[in-house]
Amino acid sequence: MMTMSVWLPVGILLSSFIPGVLIFFQPEERHRLRTLLNLLGALVKLLLVGVLIWGVFHEQVFETRWFLAPGLEFVLHADALSVLFVSLSTLLWLVTTIYAIGYLEQTPHRSRFFGFFSLCVTATVGLALAGNLFTFVVFYELLTLATYPLIAHKGSPEALRGARIYLRYTLFGGLLLMIGAVWLHTLTGGVEFVQGGVLDQFAELDRDLLRWIFLLLILGLGVKAALVPLHGWLPQAMVAPAPVSALLHAVAVVKAGAFGIVRVIYDVYGVEFAAELGVLSLLGAVAAITIIYGSVKALSQDHLKKRLAYSTVSQVSYIVLGAAILGPLATIGGLVHLVHQGVMKITLFFAAGNYAEALGIHRVSEMDGVGRRMPGTSLAFSIGALGMIGIPPVAGFISKWYLGLGAVEAGAAVWVLPVLIASSLLNAAYFLPILYRAWFKSPATPWPADKTAGCARELPDPLLWPPVTTAALALLIGLFAAAPYSPLEWAELIAGREYRQ
Amino acid sequence: MNNLLIWPVALPLLTALLALLWPRRSNWIGVAGTGLPLLAVLLVSWQVAASGPLELALGGWAPGLGIALRADGLSVLMLLMSALVTMAVAVYASVYFAHAERRGEFWVLWLLLITALHALFLSGDLFNLYVTLELLGLTAVVLACLGGSRESLQAALRYLVLGLLGSLTFLIGVALIYAGYGTLDMAALGDAIVAGPTAWVALSLMTGGLLIKSALFPLHFWLPPAHANAPAPVSAVLSALVVKAALYLILRLWLELFDGVVTQAAAVIVGVLGAIAVVWGSWAALQAERLKLMAAYSTVAQLGYLFMFMPLLAALPEGAGRELALGALVLLALTHGFAKSAFFLAAGIIMQRAGHDRIAELGGTARSLPVTAFTIALAGVALIGLPPSGSFLAKWQMLSTLFVTGQWVWLPVIAVGTLLAGAYIFRLLGHAFAPGEGVGPSLSVGREEIPAVLLALIATLLLGFWASAVWELVPISAYAGGGA
Repeated sequence: MMTMSVWLPVGILLSSFIPGVLIFFQPEERHRLRTLLNLLGALVKLLLVGVLIWGVFHEQVFETRWFLAPGLEFVLHADALSVLFVSLSTLLWLVTTIYAIGYLEQTPHRSRFFGFFSLCVTATVGLALAGNLFTFVVFYELLTLATYPLIAHKGSPEALRGARIYLRYTLFGGLLLMIGAVWLHTLTGGVEFVQGGVLDQFAELDRDLLRWIFLLLILGLGVKAALVPLHGWLPQAMVAPAPVSALLHAVAVVKAGAFGIVRVIYDVYGVEFAAELGVLSLLGAVAAITIIYGSVKALSQDHLKKRLAYSTVSQVSYIVLGAAILGPLATIGGLVHLVHQGVMKITLFFAAGNYAEALGIHRVSEMDGVGRRMPGTSLAFSIGALGMIGIPPVAGFISKWYLGLGAVEAGAAVWVLPVLIASSLLNAAYFLPILYRAWFKSPATPWPADKTAGCARELPDPLLWPPVTTAALALLIGLFAAAPYSPLEWAELIAGREYRQ
Repeated sequence: MNNLLIWPVALPLLTALLALLWPRRSNWIGVAGTGLPLLAVLLVSWQVAASGPLELALGGWAPGLGIALRADGLSVLMLLMSALVTMAVAVYASVYFAHAERRGEFWVLWLLLITALHALFLSGDLFNLYVTLELLGLTAVVLACLGGSRESLQAALRYLVLGLLGSLTFLIGVALIYAGYGTLDMAALGDAIVAGPTAWVALSLMTGGLLIKSALFPLHFWLPPAHANAPAPVSAVLSALVVKAALYLILRLWLELFDGVVTQAAAVIVGVLGAIAVVWGSWAALQAERLKLMAAYSTVAQLGYLFMFMPLLAALPEGAGRELALGALVLLALTHGFAKSAFFLAAGIIMQRAGHDRIAELGGTARSLPVTAFTIALAGVALIGLPPSGSFLAKWQMLSTLFVTGQWVWLPVIAVGTLLAGAYIFRLLGHAFAPGEGVGPSLSVGREEIPAVLLALIATLLLGFWASAVWELVPISAYAGGGA
């Protein structure tokens, strides 16, 4: 048992790292071997994560330490919060890999693509398992490096431009995060993530200093979490291929930022201590502005992926909002949204990719009557969209419900509830017209590029099943939110451990 | 066992003679003559790590009269870098110069250069240091003009004149020390030197000479043309090792010999020059149109970081904090050595295949030379200072020392330097990964691509994950009396 507790976190990292490295060396035409490596890695990871979930639930300790330099240790440590993010990444990686294999068939540079794709997931899982701030910074930067080639993948001028903008934002953010982390590290002699936070034990530290460091850390993380006004890269990055956008918006990059903010608030500062410092109200305000701003911007986008991108800007800040409100119910709402938003948003991006792939549809105005032509994809899209609006029983409702309850509990209902209501109305205003067009209008013009004319089925299996599966999942985790091991149950478990009652 | 110390110096010298006598077999002799000292260096390092500093008095004459060789943690680390880098570059050069007319000359000079480098890192007295420094400078100049073009000759001439000026200034400083203290043995001098006019003038002269050689701003102007116009294997060792030799001497002088003499003001001046070098060098690298010129300006910037450590080191009392900062400095220097040599080798491969190294026309490189493009990306990660490279750890510790000493002023410089480095590396990668026909048809992985990628992997993975060895070795000093 002893050795397994040390090797399991490493194994979870290696299960995508090793296939990634091997895939780089495969010639383009060996797609069978590549697919085998990809799926084998994803399944092994799923298996290992299963063991991890079971172990963490039973309060086993999984930890790996590697001494790097005086005062610097590379630490992988699995707690309940890591498990939440690790399971989400692992599950959605498997689905996205299947989707990507179908999506990229017959396109060039697939070995390069899947190599970086696996590295990207490795970095994300590393973020989830990071046991101290230093390790988190390492994986945060690695994620930047692994994602850049994926955004630039097509090699077109727009793709390179989008990737350049992404890099400009994230290198800058990474630098701020690093400065903040080193500063805190120097003051405290090392920052391990501990449930309930550690900084309240350093009573002698200057409070203002801690506020400045908080600002630096949040600015650095806010770039990836796309907090306004640091969100500018996200709409530009949608030039990436659909599977990349899906992973970027649901798991990898924006979630890394949001997850980091959650870590800093709960496991570094401690939510109660952060509230005492008064830094949470400012963060809450930024989150509220981001929620409204993203939704308003989404309204005016005709380009489907751009509309979804602004919707991500808005939705990810629910997680930040949940973290910024003091009280277990808001915590549960924010944490559970980490999973719910991922599952719903990945569905939407898969569907958007399918529309573009099958019929050449890139714009909302081209979607008239697409529901009858592509019923499976459109059904999945509709479930995702309804969930985003927060209509029960889809998962998004649960998040909003707990956020609302949490706001009332914390006495912040005056400003949080209007934000939630306004955002839901705005979500409805930019999603419902799409559903109306898809299901109730008849196609006025021919499809922009009909590639599936005359086919018996709307799309090949690897493209159709991923969105259908994730849409079903979004429904199930909403319907069975109270079942054991559901995201909601798990978020309650974390919240219970974070508050020192 | 102390006789071990002679081998890293004697082996390349003997094989240099062989290469001179037997020019037709010089390729084999050259590679073997680089590989054997590597084995010797590994043995020496193992000894030092296991049982502390080594000293060897040549011919049995006591230090002060005879020649003393000393190996401690710092010299072992520099030796390891130099032996590993030269090994990889030698394998590369055996392909690069396989059919060149002047390969006989190259290998003789190459082995002499290794002799000079290793002797410099092992020397225990100031006069020997001067001799090795001079030999190093001269062999480097002749190697730099092997390219034979008009520009490379001009650049090499300037390199020669400034190099001579540098070593002459150093020699005057050495003479002053001898006049003042009657010995040139560094262990004895460490105890003897006290603050005073002689010490100040000698230190200034010696440091001034070395600053020319290590190309600190504003004495850097000779470096970019000399490094950019030399043949690729030569550029690699010039940028990775030769400038580091001068830096190593500055560290020895400042931290061990003149420990009590160095003032904070002097350290700050050097630090400010380093800071200007970081910003200016990175900016010039961003503007550069040619790959090798970009790499050369990047060297100016990276050396700047190393000099920015001086005010930090001077502000720290001897002890754990200072060893932490010194270890970070050495780690940064090592990472840069491996990354920059990999970078220059990769640039050489691109130049041979494409016939040019204009950055804007490198489209398609990633497709036709994937291994080389990967090398550049890995080396670039280390040059920017991103994980998992050794320079990330070094920069983390540097920032940490900054906060500890309260020298906030350097923070913006590090930030700007890092972002500019990111800008010039990713500008290059953007071009290399763009579609295009720049480099020509796809070829199989060449024998010359392997050493380059191995060097880059050492910089980004080995030095990232096993960096703690640096902090274990640095405190092993042969000049423990220096601080007293």
